Amino acid sequence: MAALLESLLLGRIYESQNFPFKFSKEEFVPFVLNFLWDQSSQALTHGPTTPAKTPSTSRSRRSAQRPSLGDFMTSPPEAQPLRTAAQRPQEEWGVWWVCVRPSDGNSRCCDGGRRSRGVGRNEPVATKPSRRINPTPVSAERPNSKPKSCFTSTALSLPSSPPTRPESAGAKLTAGSPLSLQEERELLRRERSELAQQTSSPLKTTSAIRTPTKTVHRQGSKVTPDLQSPCPDPDKVTQKSELDLLAELYCTCISENLVPCVFLELFFMLQLLTSRGVSVSESLTWETDCVYFSVRVLENQLVSHLDKCTLRLLSENERVGTFSSSLRDRLAQAQDSCTAKVSVIPFQPATDNRTNFSSDRAFHTFKKQRDMFYGLLREWEDSHKEPGWDFEAALGSRVRTMVSQLTAAGSHSHFAGLFQKQLIQMCKGPCVLGSSNNAPDADLLGMLGADSLGRLKHLQQCLVQPQGLFGPCPPPSFPGHQEFFKHFLQTASCCQLNQHLKDGLCQQLLKLDEVSILAPDASPALGEETGDGDMEQQVRKQRFSTVLLTARLLAQFLSFISFLPYQTTELPSRDIQDAAITLRSKSSPVLDVCAVLRSSVHRRRTILTVHWMVEFLSMLDYAGPFLSCYRTALCLLLQIYKMVLGRGGELCYMNQLLMVAVLGWLFQIPIFPEDLFFSTDLKEEVKELEDITSSQGLDTFPLVDQQLLYTCCPYLGEFRKLLAAFVAGSTSKSGGLIRKITPTSAPVNSRSFWPCRPCAFFHNQPPSLRRTVEFVAERISSNCVKHIKSVSHHLVSFFFFLHVNPCKSIKMFSSFHIFLTLCVVGLCLCWSS
Amino acid sequence: MDRVRDSSASVAGEAVELVRVCRAEYRAIGRLTERLRPTRQSIRTLQTQFPHLPPSTLLSIFSQEYQKRMKRSMVRHHAPDVVKEYYQRYRSEAKTRPAAPLLLELANQVDLSPALLARLIVECFLEERQASVASRHVLNNMLREPYLIPDLLLAKHVEQCTVNDCCYGPLVDCIKHAIGLEHEDLLRDKLRERNLSFLDENQLRSKGYDKTPDIILEVPIAVDGHIVHWIESKASFGDDHSHHTYLNEQFWSYCNRFGPGLVIYWYGFISELDCQRDRGILLRDGFPSDIVTLCQGPARSRV
Repeated sequence: MAALLESLLLGRIYESQNFPFKFSKEEFVPFVLNFLWDQSSQALTHGPTTPAKTPSTSRSRRSAQRPSLGDFMTSPPEAQPLRTAAQRPQEEWGVWWVCVRPSDGNSRCCDGGRRSRGVGRNEPVATKPSRRINPTPVSAERPNSKPKSCFTSTALSLPSSPPTRPESAGAKLTAGSPLSLQEERELLRRERSELAQQTSSPLKTTSAIRTPTKTVHRQGSKVTPDLQSPCPDPDKVTQKSELDLLAELYCTCISENLVPCVFLELFFMLQLLTSRGVSVSESLTWETDCVYFSVRVLENQLVSHLDKCTLRLLSENERVGTFSSSLRDRLAQAQDSCTAKVSVIPFQPATDNRTNFSSDRAFHTFKKQRDMFYGLLREWEDSHKEPGWDFEAALGSRVRTMVSQLTAAGSHSHFAGLFQKQLIQMCKGPCVLGSSNNAPDADLLGMLGADSLGRLKHLQQCLVQPQGLFGPCPPPSFPGHQEFFKHFLQTASCCQLNQHLKDGLCQQLLKLDEVSILAPDASPALGEETGDGDMEQQVRKQRFSTVLLTARLLAQFLSFISFLPYQTTELPSRDIQDAAITLRSKSSPVLDVCAVLRSSVHRRRTILTVHWMVEFLSMLDYAGPFLSCYRTALCLLLQIYKMVLGRGGELCYMNQLLMVAVLGWLFQIPIFPEDLFFSTDLKEEVKELEDITSSQGLDTFPLVDQQLLYTCCPYLGEFRKLLAAFVAGSTSKSGGLIRKITPTSAPVNSRSFWPCRPCAFFHNQPPSLRRTVEFVAERISSNCVKHIKSVSHHLVSFFFFLHVNPCKSIKMFSSFHIFLTLCVVGLCLCWSS
Repeated sequence: MDRVRDSSASVAGEAVELVRVCRAEYRAIGRLTERLRPTRQSIRTLQTQFPHLPPSTLLSIFSQEYQKRMKRSMVRHHAPDVVKEYYQRYRSEAKTRPAAPLLLELANQVDLSPALLARLIVECFLEERQASVASRHVLNNMLREPYLIPDLLLAKHVEQCTVNDCCYGPLVDCIKHAIGLEHEDLLRDKLRERNLSFLDENQLRSKGYDKTPDIILEVPIAVDGHIVHWIESKASFGDDHSHHTYLNEQFWSYCNRFGPGLVIYWYGFISELDCQRDRGILLRDGFPSDIVTLCQGPARSRV
């Protein structure tokens, strides 16, 4: 494999048949990814070591990435990276299982351990292309080994692939000699010990980011002179043609959706772009090559749909400017482009009065439950951010009292309904935490005014919040108010309540999945944007975004409740796992995920269904992905990712981007089986998916905008953090830790309440009223627009006429007509303003 | 008593602009009331000390403070031997000088509300006569209509107590109830005046609502930038104790069902208590004049 890549880079082969070996795509892609990572990682002195998901990164290591990076980063040099690109899918299972045993929790796997792990399985050696391990090949056994020897396959179907090739492409790229390696190793060792010290100090463990500044600081006098000339020179790129070729190869992998997570690769590129060499002697060449490569890739993979701030940082990045002015210009062009609060579920006499309860007692208990529930919610809001606050200790007994009262009165279904509605109400939007949740001090408010107070809070948030860099694939979480609901369910641990909730969530989720988002008369022609397109498109987007955000929330909670009984903190052993799988394979799953997915593909509603399905599957327990139904669903998703999305075409770009983002995230989080992505046993599913019956569906309409993308994938914000950290690093000459606070406008204050007043109007009205009003409003506005458009059309021709022949025209049009027309113009203006 | 009624009527009739009572001032009033008895003279003393506050507000504060004081000393006065002693003292005095306002004097001596003392004495009297504990109903009736008391002399003394007590007793209860209703009515009138559509407590109850504020607005309004769905009228002064009780028993429940709302303390409130605005409870001391309705555009509201 290395040979193939090398010859490719040397320009020896252009046609695959020239090469003696045959590789499948599944083998080659992980190899390329690993190769890139290995080659570049020595330059990546900052940011989290990007979590890997090419087969083989041990699960435990990835999870370790979050709590303490320092701990994680010290180990890789010892870890002898082991890789094999080729794996037979049927064997991967076993290997995977053995490898992720908790016993090798800290990725510090020694050779012996690895071998023994292989024993008992078909494959004698755990053959895993391990990527994202900080891979400088320091090893006592093989002091002279070069980096390239590491990714050469050790045990697989490639006999001719030499275990150590002295002159592979890798060697060239590193431009490293044994001597420099020696140096490097020394440095790494020193760094490791320093890191170890760091992790032991409580202050620093929290910050998962190693900013360039810090690195500089640590390196002390040795690197300080380097700061004077920090900018790599594009003329000094050493391996231009090879890098170009490699970039092309890499871009193809990305654009064909052959990589598990596109945004992870993008993040990697940004890391390269902002990298700084560790050792003085090599840093500059290294950096130059890395930056050149990264810019080449970024040029091809237009990132113009990232948010404004990221784009600004990227376009202002001095390296982008020096290496590719065209990219900078494009980025500059591309730049043109709510607060959760306890709002309550209203009492509706139709559903909530005495007649809806079986007994007086149930009615009156529920009356108290409602108040207790909101009391808990308020208390949580007030105090959950205080240090040392614990849900269980503070509210646990009250939650349980409340739930036991519910059980006594048998009003679970009512409470489940309230819980579900409140959940949706509070959590479906993007979560802005802390902005207006805590009622501001009256004095402070008077002193500053509401606006400045908001800004102050925002600033405070910037300063207080640990600005850790977690990489673009954080594990699934319950942000904002969701945390309350999650803790509530965990603490209550009431099976009746959970069952009622499951029923309710499932029902509403499937209803949302079916809901019509396109207006009933949405004309099938896609190109027809000329008619009442704008308005209707806006409405459609709005509706879609609401449905999508609600659906993903429901899916997450449905999944959370459904798999709660199976969740374990530790990865269970294989035997236990197998037994669990056998046991659970007989009971029916809460949701027929495969059927839902297939039907969504057929009806072309994947943009909605896939998204919430990803949320649903992300909450699986350890055994979950191995139950046949969920495994099939995961395979289907893979198929959609590789086949449907990879091909592009039918889907709108932003729709596609959102799906790629969420799917990529799913493929990278711990629960997704690592072997699955590069395995090949998916062929049968394809045909099924290809058989698309409906020609018209959600997927073909532009429904996603940037705001929705960032709401759904908050981890895209990591790009900005990375770039900002670079800026902070390059501007500080003193080497001190600088926190760059980008000036941002404070979130819209709650006092500007005008937009929400129509919502307030509907608050206590029955929902049917709202639906009616919405329908009427939509029809009226649509008709109005049509009318005004037609009138304005006449108007234009009228003025044209007027211009051509004033006297005649004035005679022709009576003053009444003119008056009427002017009225309409006035109306038009009023309306548009 | 006349004076009390007059002042309340004047408040009900026109919206009186209240000076904000901050907590410090409230404490000062509280300290002064410590030594006062529930008489008209006391109210006058308060008025001279705090001339900038309306008499009704002072009365309301005084009444609440006095009630708190009585609750504190309740245990002391209600001990069986103490009650016995009061009764014996009354009995012996009644024999020597029946014409004097004996119960009032006794109440002053032991620092107990005259109406409460009267109640204790009547209770003892009935117990003695019937050799059993009198029912609450009978007792209340006798206090309300003293001529039902078989002992005419006692009846006279009891009447003196209930009439002269401005904090306790059936008359005060009656007045308070009436003032409450009066203000609810006033609120409804004001809403009608502004053409605001609403449901009142009785309508809500008939519809089966489990918690019923005085008013639910069918179309919400905005007051001072806060949306108001419901209005609760309280014809009293909002002090810490009463406000917290109301919050837990009423206001939060309303919030939990109908969203943000408005509480009107017609006799004012401690200004520091108005800190839950963002949580949906807005306090006012009168019907708000700065109402913004849904029909009014945003432009006007920003002025």
